Amino acid sequence: MKDPKWRVVIVAGLVAAGLTATHADAASSAAIGIKDFKFTPPALAVPVGTTVTWVNHDEETHTVTSANGAFGSTGLSHEDTFAQTFTRPGRYEYFCALHPHMKAIVTVK
Amino acid sequence: MDHIDRRGFLECMAWAGTGLVWVSTGGVLSSRVISPAAAAEAKPGSFSFVQISDTHIGFKGQANSDPTATLQQVVDRVNALQPAPAFVLHTGDQTHGQKAGAFDTVAEILKGVKTERIFYVPGEHDVFLDGGKEYLGRYGKGTVGGRGWQSFDYKGSHFVGLVNVLKYKGEGMGALGEDQIEWLENDLAPLSSSTPVVVFSHVPLWAVYPQWGWTTEDAGRALVHLKRFGSVTVLNGHIHQVLQKVEGNVRFHTAMSTAFPQPAPGTAPAPGPMKISEADARRMIGVTEVTHVPGQHALAVVDSTLG
Repeated sequence: MKDPKWRVVIVAGLVAAGLTATHADAASSAAIGIKDFKFTPPALAVPVGTTVTWVNHDEETHTVTSANGAFGSTGLSHEDTFAQTFTRPGRYEYFCALHPHMKAIVTVK
Repeated sequence: MDHIDRRGFLECMAWAGTGLVWVSTGGVLSSRVISPAAAAEAKPGSFSFVQISDTHIGFKGQANSDPTATLQQVVDRVNALQPAPAFVLHTGDQTHGQKAGAFDTVAEILKGVKTERIFYVPGEHDVFLDGGKEYLGRYGKGTVGGRGWQSFDYKGSHFVGLVNVLKYKGEGMGALGEDQIEWLENDLAPLSSSTPVVVFSHVPLWAVYPQWGWTTEDAGRALVHLKRFGSVTVLNGHIHQVLQKVEGNVRFHTAMSTAFPQPAPGTAPAPGPMKISEADARRMIGVTEVTHVPGQHALAVVDSTLG
């Protein structure tokens, strides 16, 4: 295009599109750590479509077990991970099957 | 320890106190358990048994890179006891996380124990994945309704194995359940109060440290049925350290793990495996030998470490 004004608009548009794309990538994954018998963060809010990955930093085995049966890991050893993609909105309470006082929640909007 | 006469032995025993003796061989010091059973051998009706706990096969961490090896060392120790123990009690957490093949490995290693029988109760690590299906498939046979609890008699003493890891609820502590408590009441009813009773289960039956799940929420209702007996010994595991408590005629004793130690109550943010060297951990893992001598009110309980 010959008109420089248009070029600026197109460049601005492309940059804006790039920023939007980057923001969407960041929102599609989240991490929860398990350390000292605690899920951190204990309450996490994420948009629909997010993949949440749990990592167990304890030498003790833990599980990520949904309270309503929606998802569940096997025993996670030291540095094992478990991932769950949340495709439906809702409140997902979960706990550790070995240490049921370890409770947390993922809220999906 | 061989070729020492009875007088010398008893002098040694008195000095050792806890039952550990130091032996110097070629300038190298090593410790050996003085078996209370050996001292009691002369008395007819005496017997000894061993408690092994929390073998956690499948675990790999700073305190122990090979729990299979430490379990084998414990088996070697048990096999060196004179006389041999009448039977062995395993108070749970055979496996670490029900890892594939772990139950088989434990069974293989324990085949080498020189004893008449081994009795088992499960730990939460043995049942959390499948509600106990695998464990009970292997060790439910011969237990009440195949549900894991059982009792047996040996030379006039009554032994009761309880399961308190299958009803784990929100607070993460042990629980027995009404049906098991009711069975216990009926099981004890015909016994005279002078019958020595030994109860064994995984999670402690006293409130060691509820914040970490180191208690059984309905143990009180079970202990009521044990109150009338003159001698009750409660043997537990789960906490990977020796702690004892005496309450009237009931003596509570928890065992070390054969795999790794856990921190004393409240001394760490959480009850996980201690992050210490394998050499240090050796001094905090081991096995328990228990001896019954007729006429003595309390059982002789001796804990020995691997290092």
